[in-house]
Amino acid sequence: MNIYLKTLERDLRVAIRNPSSVLNPLLFFVISVSLFPLAISPEAATLSQIAAGIIWVVSMLAVLLSLNALFHHDFENGVLEQMVISHHSLPLLILSKITAHWILTGIPIILLSPLLGLFLFLDGESVKVLMLTLLLATPSLSLIGAIGASLIVGIKNSGMLLSLLILPLYIPILIFASSAVSQAQFGLDITGQLYFLATILVVSIMATPFVSALALKISLE
Amino acid sequence: MSSLNINNLNCQRGYNQLFSELSFQANSGDIWRITGTNGSGKTSLLKILAGLNVPEEGEITLDNHPVKSDEYQSEVFYLGHLSALSAELTSVENLEFLTGLNKSIDQHLLVEALTQVGLKGYEDEYCAKLSAGQKRRVILAGLFVSNAKIWLLDEPFTALDPHGVKIVEERISNHCAQGGVCLFTTHQDSTLPNQKVLAL
Repeated sequence: MNIYLKTLERDLRVAIRNPSSVLNPLLFFVISVSLFPLAISPEAATLSQIAAGIIWVVSMLAVLLSLNALFHHDFENGVLEQMVISHHSLPLLILSKITAHWILTGIPIILLSPLLGLFLFLDGESVKVLMLTLLLATPSLSLIGAIGASLIVGIKNSGMLLSLLILPLYIPILIFASSAVSQAQFGLDITGQLYFLATILVVSIMATPFVSALALKISLE
Repeated sequence: MSSLNINNLNCQRGYNQLFSELSFQANSGDIWRITGTNGSGKTSLLKILAGLNVPEEGEITLDNHPVKSDEYQSEVFYLGHLSALSAELTSVENLEFLTGLNKSIDQHLLVEALTQVGLKGYEDEYCAKLSAGQKRRVILAGLFVSNAKIWLLDEPFTALDPHGVKIVEERISNHCAQGGVCLFTTHQDSTLPNQKVLAL
């Protein structure tokens, strides 16, 4: 557990000292969402109807944008090699890196979402549901994304490949999360969607660090 | 007494057979210099011994523990071609994390280790600002705090000045005199005493 916290602290420290890699996806998130009212319509009725979908799609793309950096630097400088041969559990070390990724990408997206929700005329209750779905599902985005990131770690110019690998796996999350917000806008029950998102999260936490560790070992050979 | 047994090792990269039926035994106190032309498989051999690569065939054991076991991995210190340093971290922070991947080491011992490789005063310097040789010294400082029995050093002297080479050679000699094993590759002249040569 100690090594989990140490790795987490190291990754956060590296990110804070090189903030551009963290800020770029967040800037993309804010700028992209704020362009929709200009392109579609500034009408409250139109925007509030598509707000959840916009925020969810853009946050997914922002996470995808940040995933390339998850293992890339450590692969290039050789730290990943040292992690693989360490006698500590590699899945635990990976889980720690994924946690750092979520803290640096997922949490800021959750914190920015009410502002962008109000900007797109979402009502207060729906904003709460939006935040809840993001809280439940952004960790899954980081966890599932880590599998793709570890598979492509040794490949140059692999941004497109990562999207092709990962986006199909994100689709169930997108469907359940945005439908939860849309249904909440009509005052309908959303427990089902939240249970699905929670299930995806639990399965991701249990499985993805192991799959990712295996993929990393293959990539490093 | 530790003994690293390499039995009938076979390594292939793509369509190239790098080496085959390679068998040797490295015992406590042995210094093995692995020689060979570029592309002959020196790095591949060290990576296989470190557990990073899987050989096509063959068996590697350390006192009957296979290569992937915890007992084996905790006794290996591997230094690859890459610096294994993050540019955003200081010398001490980098060293603390890398050595911490194997065991916890007090920070004052790390500062001491940096002093021994001639980096006194550079403890809090970001690695981005260090020269290639200084970066190599930071990672080699790990040798001064390592308890691992088996050292696998891939080109440890690269970018080091003659004084740096001497410091590292002395450290390797001391380690092996105390019962450790060191396998290393280098294209430079090495004055290490009693070194055995493995030609690939």
